[in-house]
Amino acid sequence: MTNLISIVSPEFASRKAYRVSSTHSDIWNILDKVFDPELPGLTIWDLGILQDVKEKNDVLLITVTPTYSGCPAVDSIITDIKTELAKCGYKKVEVEVTLSPAWTTEMMSPAGKAHLKSIQIAPPEKNDDVSCPVCESNNTKLLSQFGSTACKSLYQCNDCFEAFDYFKHF
Amino acid sequence: MKDNQQNLIRFLIGLGDDSVALSHRLSEWCSNGPYLEEDIALSNIALDYIGRARMFYQYAVKLEGNKRTEDDIAYLRNEREYTNLLIHELPINDFAFTMVRQYFLDVYYCEYLKLLCDSSDDQVSAIANKAVKESRYHLKRSQPWITQLAEGTSESKERMQLALDELENFVGELFLMEDWEKTLAESGVAVDRKSLEANWNKEVQAFLEKSEMSFPDSKLQIRGGRNGIHTEHLGHLLSEMQYLQRSMPGLEW
Repeated sequence: MTNLISIVSPEFASRKAYRVSSTHSDIWNILDKVFDPELPGLTIWDLGILQDVKEKNDVLLITVTPTYSGCPAVDSIITDIKTELAKCGYKKVEVEVTLSPAWTTEMMSPAGKAHLKSIQIAPPEKNDDVSCPVCESNNTKLLSQFGSTACKSLYQCNDCFEAFDYFKHF
Repeated sequence: MKDNQQNLIRFLIGLGDDSVALSHRLSEWCSNGPYLEEDIALSNIALDYIGRARMFYQYAVKLEGNKRTEDDIAYLRNEREYTNLLIHELPINDFAFTMVRQYFLDVYYCEYLKLLCDSSDDQVSAIANKAVKESRYHLKRSQPWITQLAEGTSESKERMQLALDELENFVGELFLMEDWEKTLAESGVAVDRKSLEANWNKEVQAFLEKSEMSFPDSKLQIRGGRNGIHTEHLGHLLSEMQYLQRSMPGLEW
């Protein structure tokens, strides 16, 4: 059924296991308040770009990996990470942007995909088998390979005629 | 060792310059695209190339010991200091020209970056891994456009032929190696671009033939980009791109 969220990807499972085993669970939890500026309500954890939290000589080192190389959101995400941590008393924070491992949509959490759907953005699907986030129909067509942001393309449903964003599988 | 480091920096800046020049050209379509979706697509691709350039420049800056910034490299170097391969700097001309160039470069980058993923330098490999996925996506769009233009109207076919005739003289440079780059390729950091030429020709020829178009094998190969020798077009591009930073030094958003 199309309304079921697909099983957990190995990429997300390993991120989740890493987070659970981390000694900085409080920091990871604070960072759950940092959202992607262009995807309302989607946290950087759920999006899959938050990769690591470490501490070295009283300095917190947060590692993120960008979605697309030209994504203009990265700079504001770095600012937001520092702002949220500062609110909780962490003043010495460094944010490192790493390219490896390269981000893929497989790193996204099931909750993140469900959230995308709730704001009427079709979540990424392997084989780009896109279903309409409004009426669930699989009868959809590509309108434009590029949409409102680098990570999305534009689709239309052939059944309910709704035009919607699709988060590209990448 | 020191030479190798110098070569690597030169290599990174060359690749960054390729991306900046093409990105700026593509951005010229912003608000001028033939229709909205195409406008957005070209601007998005421009953004991917800007991101690519930044990754190369940032790594070069780091290797230099942060003596200058990525912005210094992009905005404060003159024409002769830019080392992009010439095909990237050519004006956008009409839509046919823009798409034929893009198709040529997409085919090229898909192969080139795939090999660069195996670079012995971890950061070069990481950048290539990120960029190659984007180029594959770009190719999915530029390739059908070639068919559409070639099999469209007599006018679109004619415009495409003009683009092919103009571009043929600039394709050869994509596969010409400089001596210092050969050294880098031998050490496993760079890729021997010459080795890509036969496959590139085969793939592009075969695809064009499907639409009964052909790409004449040119004897004239204009070169010089990697040594700072450019067409007359780069100066104009830079004067527009660098104007703000030159007139108000240090300006930031």
